[in-house]
Parts: sequence; C-alpha cells; structure tokens
Amino acid sequence: MDIVVCVKTNPDLQMVRIKNREAVTEAVPYKIGDLEKNALQAAVDLRTAVGGKVVALCLAEGNRKAAEDIKVALAMGADEAVVIDDPALAAPDQAAVAAALAAAVKKLDACDLLLFGEGSTDNYTGQVGPRVAELLGLPQIGYARKVDAADGVVRCVRSMDDMLETLEAPLPAVVTVVSEINEPTIPGLMQIMKAKSKPLQVWSLADIGIEAPAQVREVVSNLAEEQDRKHILFEGTAAEQADAFVDALIREGVLGR
Amino acid sequence: MAVLLVYSEKIETARELVAGGKELGAALGLGVSAVALGPGAGAAASELAAAGADTVYVSEDAAFEGWPADAVAAGLAQIADLAGAAVVFVGSTRRGKETAPRLAQKLGAGCVTDVNGLAAEGGELVAARYAFGGATVAREKLTTPVKVFAVMPKTFSVEGATAGAGKVESPTLNVESRVTVVDRRAKEGDHVNLDAAPLIVGVGRGFNAREDLALGDQLAAALGAVVGCTKSLADFEWLGEDRIIGLSGAKTAPDLYLGVGVSGQIQHTVGVAGAKLIAAVNKDKEAPIFAMADYGLVGDLYEVVPALVERLKSV
Repeated sequence: MDIVVCVKTNPDLQMVRIKNREAVTEAVPYKIGDLEKNALQAAVDLRTAVGGKVVALCLAEGNRKAAEDIKVALAMGADEAVVIDDPALAAPDQAAVAAALAAAVKKLDACDLLLFGEGSTDNYTGQVGPRVAELLGLPQIGYARKVDAADGVVRCVRSMDDMLETLEAPLPAVVTVVSEINEPTIPGLMQIMKAKSKPLQVWSLADIGIEAPAQVREVVSNLAEEQDRKHILFEGTAAEQADAFVDALIREGVLGR
Repeated sequence: MAVLLVYSEKIETARELVAGGKELGAALGLGVSAVALGPGAGAAASELAAAGADTVYVSEDAAFEGWPADAVAAGLAQIADLAGAAVVFVGSTRRGKETAPRLAQKLGAGCVTDVNGLAAEGGELVAARYAFGGATVAREKLTTPVKVFAVMPKTFSVEGATAGAGKVESPTLNVESRVTVVDRRAKEGDHVNLDAAPLIVGVGRGFNAREDLALGDQLAAALGAVVGCTKSLADFEWLGEDRIIGLSGAKTAPDLYLGVGVSGQIQHTVGVAGAKLIAAVNKDKEAPIFAMADYGLVGDLYEVVPALVERLKSV
C-alpha cells in the first residue's frame, strides 16, 4: 500500500517569544508537528503490517530548512520524502496549501491512503486534510485514533463527542489522526544515519504544474491577548509550595470565606 | 437579499448561530437562514424557524445519518447555492470542523475554523481565532465572494434572542457518502455541570493511570471543586465527555481553575481563559500552562497534590 503522509514543519512553539504582543519567530527552529509525527508513525505501522511504501510530503511554507527538517520523517521510517519549496508559497493560506499538496499527490501518482494530523501544532485550523480530500474527490475520515487498511478499505475508530465510531471508506481515502493513535518512536542514531541515503526530492510549483494560488484570507492582526495574570511560580518542596499556594488562595478570597 | 446561512448538527449550537447571525446579519444587510440535516431533522428545523431564521432548509436524507463530512459538505453547498448564501456559519464542533473546510473548497471559499469571536467592521466580517498554539489571537477576514466560518459553540448567546416565524423548505438534494458506519456507540460517562462550577480542578495527561485520578478527586473534595479534564482523558474513557473543558467541551469562567498535570494546550485552555484565577501543578517549568497562570506549583503532581490535600485540611 502506498501511503502519503502530509507533514507540516512549524516554528518550535516552546521557543517562540512574545515581544510587544507580537510572536517573534525569527531564528526559531522549525520542527515537524506533533500530530504529523503521529500520522507518520501510523503510516509506518501500517506499512509494517501490510507492506508498501511511505512518502512524507511537506510544503516548506517559508521554512528554508524544510528539506533538512523533513529528514526526521525519513529517520522515523518514511521511505521517501518530497518537499515543495517555492518562494510564491512562503506564507500560504490553507486553500493554497491544499492546492499545492493535492497537485503533488497527483504527481506522485500512487497514493492509496493520504494521512494528516487533525491539525497543525501552531494554528490548528484542521482545514488542509478536508480541502485536499475535496480537491482529489476522496472520502475523508477525521480524528482517527486507530487506522487499519486491507482489501481496498480503510477502517478507523474515532471519538466524536459522546460517541465512539468505527467507520470504513474505500481506498484511496484521506484520514486525519489524533494524538491518541500511537506514541511516535524517537529515531535512534542508526535510523538517523540510514535516513541520509533515502530519496529526498525538492519540487517547485512549476514541478507540480500549478501557479501560485490566489490568497483567500487576509490576516488583519495577530497579537497576544492583553492579560494580567500574576505569573507567580512557587519554589521549594511540595509542602512549602502547598503552603504558599493555599495562603495565596486565602488572600484572594477563594478559600476560607 | 443575500443570505447568511447557519448550520450545526447540534441544535443548541445552531440556535446560537441563528442568534449571532441575526445580529451580524443586521449590520451587514444579510438575512439569516438555517439548515437542519439528518433523519429526524424536522424537529430541529421547526425549532430554528421559531428561533428567528427566515427560512430553514431541511433534509432527512439517509446519507446525512451520522453527518459524514462528504455528504454534509455537498448538501450544504447545494443549499448555499439555492439560498444565495454570501456567508456560511458552521458550528465548530468536531463534525463541523471537518466539514467546513470541505464545504469551503466546494464553494471556492475562504474559511476560518475555531472562530471564537466575530465582528462586523466596515461592512466585513472579521473573525478571531487562536494562533501560535494559543499565544496570540489572529483576526482574519476572507476575500472570496462566499465566506465560511466555523464558529465555536458558545461564541454567541441565545439570551435575548427574539422569536420568529420562519418558513421551512425541503429542497431536493443530490448527496451520498462513501463513508460507512460500522459501529457507533455511546461512551460511558457521568454527568456534571462545569459551566456553573465556581472552583474547578482540571486533570490532564500528567496522570499516569486512570486509578491515579483519585488524587484529583481528593484535591477537588478538599477544595470544594468540581473535576474537569482535557479531551484526551475523555478519549481514553478515563472520564466522561461532560467533564471536557476546552474547544470541544465546556467554556468555563470559575473563580479558580487549578490545572493538575495539564500541559496547557490551547484546545483545553480556551475553556478556562475566563477564569478569575488560573493556577497549575506541573513538573515541567516550561509547560505552556504556566505562561497563562496566576500561580504555579512546579513539581511532581504525585507529591504536590497530597501536600495540598494535607494543607487544605487546616483551612
């Protein structure tokens, strides 16, 4: 089975600082999103079970080191990687991302199952998977926490509000996964070394045969909320911190009323 | 008159969208119509017509059973065309959030998901949503002729909504789903009302095992608080769905929210941003929850919580 995992690299949110209410992302390294790692692991597990190939597909979105960062996917077990890197898509909206990914999937020409994380670590819009499904005319199953595929059918278990559902769709299909699906393995030195010799291609928009899509969204502002939290971190032993915290709650009028 | 079309598979969310849509529609010169889909949707349609939607489009087509994203997106796109919709609001529940982008793609529309605030500014809708993992709020507008917004439950209030007497129409739709339901069963769960709780202990994945949640219960009992949780604990079926705080659960505004073993992912913390005081117990000093907390206890919850329970005995 040929599985394509769409992978986004995000600025490492732990290292994004807020200055004058703006997120400072300069010099912040990128890394593959958490849910995409779950999707990669699910793909590798499926390949182990039923055979086939796993391709990691990444749109650079302005990350100049995307072709380096995607090697983590290869080390995690993907067989090949493709990075779409084009200056016209340095800051794309979700419709543009979907258009580029769908065109790249068509160029790959072999995709039985297309996996996504349910959302990206940074903005979590959840738009790209469903948009790609629509563009390629494929059925979609969102929020999978278990994925099996056999005999041309994908079967997923997902949790929806107060319901647990088991759903099936004919392949090819789009599936988005949640973090509960697995615990992604952290690649060892051997896997990292092996990844260096795996095929990695970099494509431009011309390579996938599309023009830069028109923007459908305008970001008016993107600022940290003004908040006046106290940010008091207690120190000391558990008992000392408990003392200080309970004293604070009494001062605040939350306790002892 | 161009139309603002609203849809949610959850009737309470659909009612909120009608109420919010009417207010924004008045500012933008848009009438508000609603959609109800799925077997048994007739009752919801009547309710939405009485809640102020001018026209409610209803279909009980069997393809809408369980609201599969492909069929619902197709049905909504056909109704949007029929109604002359310029704006579509979809409730940003899990089902709505997987449907809205597919609908937008069908309509050649821009889309914003997880919208938690909408304003009409200069004749345009500006949507607010969290970005950078919740560190910022992005305010976005869409530049396409048709615009799709997936709006989080409880963004609008139904309080003060005026009654109406809209008409109900049953258009013929051409829909099918290629996704089949093999099994659907209700999760186990108890019942609790987090919306009204003055003190909340939120538990998260810092707990290693289901039985360890007894610690959270002891702390809640000592504080006189109600226990809520992150979505993943409900996904593990450690706690019921009605304990979920955040995007897919309760949006709370307690006097104190105390997160225990909660990392502070935005999907959870959007549900506690309105708390008067936010406190957290986490062993990771860099956990995002501390960035939004008034008080932080840095340490292993398995040591800190028993110490807190002990200390609270003497209050």
